[in-house]
Amino acid sequence: MAHRPDRRPRVAFFDFACCEGCQLTVLSIGEPLIALLASVEVVQWREAISEKSDDFDIAVVEGAITRDSDVPRLKRIRERAKTLIALGACATIGGPHVSANRWPTQELLSLVYGEKAAQFEAGEVRPLSAEVKVDIPIYGCPINADEFLTVMKHTLIGRPYRPPAKAVCYECKLNGYECVYEKGMLCLGPVTRCGCNAICTSRGHRCFGCRGLVDDPNTSAAFEVLEEHGKTLEEVVGLFEIYSIRAPRVRELAEAGPHRAKPEKAPEPWRFGSNT
Amino acid sequence: MEIRVEHLTRVEGHGNVVASTVDGRVRQAVFEVVEANRFFEAILRGRDHEEVSHIASRICGICALSHACASLQATEAALGLEVSEQTVLLRRLIMDAETISSHALHVYFLAAPDYLGLQSVLPLIQEDPETVKRAFRVKKAGYDLAEVIVGRHTHPVSMIPGGFTSVPRVRDFEPIRARLVALRDDLALTVEMYQHLDVPAFERPTEYVSLRHPDHYCFYGGDIVSSAGEQVPAARYLEAIDEVVVEHSTAKHARWYGGIYRVGALARVNNNWRQLHAPAQEAMRALGLVPPCHNPFQNNAAQVVELVHCLEDALMLIDTLASRGIELEEDHHVEPRAGRGVGLVEAPRGLLIHDYTYDERGKCEHANCIIPTAQNYANLDEEMAEYLAQIASEPEDAVRRGLEMLVRAYDPCISCSTH
Repeated sequence: MAHRPDRRPRVAFFDFACCEGCQLTVLSIGEPLIALLASVEVVQWREAISEKSDDFDIAVVEGAITRDSDVPRLKRIRERAKTLIALGACATIGGPHVSANRWPTQELLSLVYGEKAAQFEAGEVRPLSAEVKVDIPIYGCPINADEFLTVMKHTLIGRPYRPPAKAVCYECKLNGYECVYEKGMLCLGPVTRCGCNAICTSRGHRCFGCRGLVDDPNTSAAFEVLEEHGKTLEEVVGLFEIYSIRAPRVRELAEAGPHRAKPEKAPEPWRFGSNT
Repeated sequence: MEIRVEHLTRVEGHGNVVASTVDGRVRQAVFEVVEANRFFEAILRGRDHEEVSHIASRICGICALSHACASLQATEAALGLEVSEQTVLLRRLIMDAETISSHALHVYFLAAPDYLGLQSVLPLIQEDPETVKRAFRVKKAGYDLAEVIVGRHTHPVSMIPGGFTSVPRVRDFEPIRARLVALRDDLALTVEMYQHLDVPAFERPTEYVSLRHPDHYCFYGGDIVSSAGEQVPAARYLEAIDEVVVEHSTAKHARWYGGIYRVGALARVNNNWRQLHAPAQEAMRALGLVPPCHNPFQNNAAQVVELVHCLEDALMLIDTLASRGIELEEDHHVEPRAGRGVGLVEAPRGLLIHDYTYDERGKCEHANCIIPTAQNYANLDEEMAEYLAQIASEPEDAVRRGLEMLVRAYDPCISCSTH
């Protein structure tokens, strides 16, 4: 065991700008969560408990950073945690409010607060990794509850965890669902990280890219599909902008030409306590 | 006495309780909302009618289904889309599922520890595991019912303007229906638990605002009504409700004809209790809730009553759907057109309004969302001051706990209110 044997690992939950739906997904796991709670000590979780200790091993952090004044709180969490888990789309890729970055902050504040806009603060929407080192990202809007349990189990036994690195198309095909493009719709499945078991296409909808760009997208195949079905890069980037700060990267990959993109350096798998 | 609770616990989102007294007289009592704004009304602009509800449901993790329903109603009204009777039945069932899941979270995990002298449900995992299991069971039943219908409670997958991308088969409901039937026993024990909790004696009349439908206890459809006898058609909500910016809150405060009001479970029970299913009316009597009830702490009891109601309602709707059959309605083609539409539902925490304007290409041009919790803030501030005056002579710890309990009894959804 990588953690101190004299005590159960201490877990704390935090959140920044988000809907708290990923924490809610954790709370909705039901009885398996009771078993997990028995093997750790939850020492801080504003949404669910009033107990509060700043002595914790594992920090689970939901939400994006949107205000500079929130950064010190995140940095304090990072300093205290041996392991920082980024929970959900907002924490890992910016999330469904990341497209606020398309407008000047002052314009957004004026739109909501009118002449009192100057009293309120806002800023660029960015994932936690823009400010601190993230040990394990759990993607998705919301997260997949099974993946959360897997990550926690890995963390507790000190085993490295690497997020799924294939495209949603892979899981969609494994399940035998009808290709969304065949139905005449635009789908982000070809370039989006899997791990959701293609839940949206399983229900006859399309992939909105909530788990972000897969590490090593097969762009030439993706753009062939686009061409074949008469869809444009503009449409893809527009849809990708709903969730990800990396929408410009999609454009970059496309403009780099019809070859398989050079993969970005894959992150080292993370081990419990490796950064302490 | 100076009280400052930074980041109140066991609520959704970030808010502070700030209160002070001088010589036993109230100087200040406010609920500060410090949640970051996510600017949803701004980012919906330019989005296609089909993307809007996908984004809008993400305003809230607890009441995503309410946001999806209100958003779709607004889009459908703007684009002139009629939905089928089957779609309305499924959406009403979705609202029941969400209310069960959301109220279970609040009555068990967030509110109950206050009355049991606990910091959270965590100590109960050892001391009273049956109660904790029951809490998870009730919450998860609502969650899983939503999953059967729309793929996921947070955030729904298959809801689109005009209907659904896929619908469950009748037999998909069989396992969850059996669990819901068994849940009646769990809810009987929930009522019993709340019967024995010591509710603070405090009365403060206010104006209660909710939807009302002629045919059923309303979560979906209907007009806006108030306990003072006002009635406003849904689409004309702006005649009654406006929002103002206040310095101590990143969420705006809504007003009803310029004054304060309350929305949520207590408002609905006060306004519409005659339409509750019979077992819910029995629960209401068992809990000593006599409408009009002016004790804000009894919002928790009203939620228990609605748990019972929504369970019965869900069973009724499942049976109705089973007897008429469920079919996938294929044609959801939408002709883009310019227009404005308003959607209203009763989210678990009260009246929720989405109001969109679309341009001729079917892109959203303007969006306005009025969140239940934002409608309660002004009422809450006044109520905190009155309650503080009543308990000001008590020790500081008791006063702090009393104010925290009062805020919690509203079940505020803070990040949603700021959106």
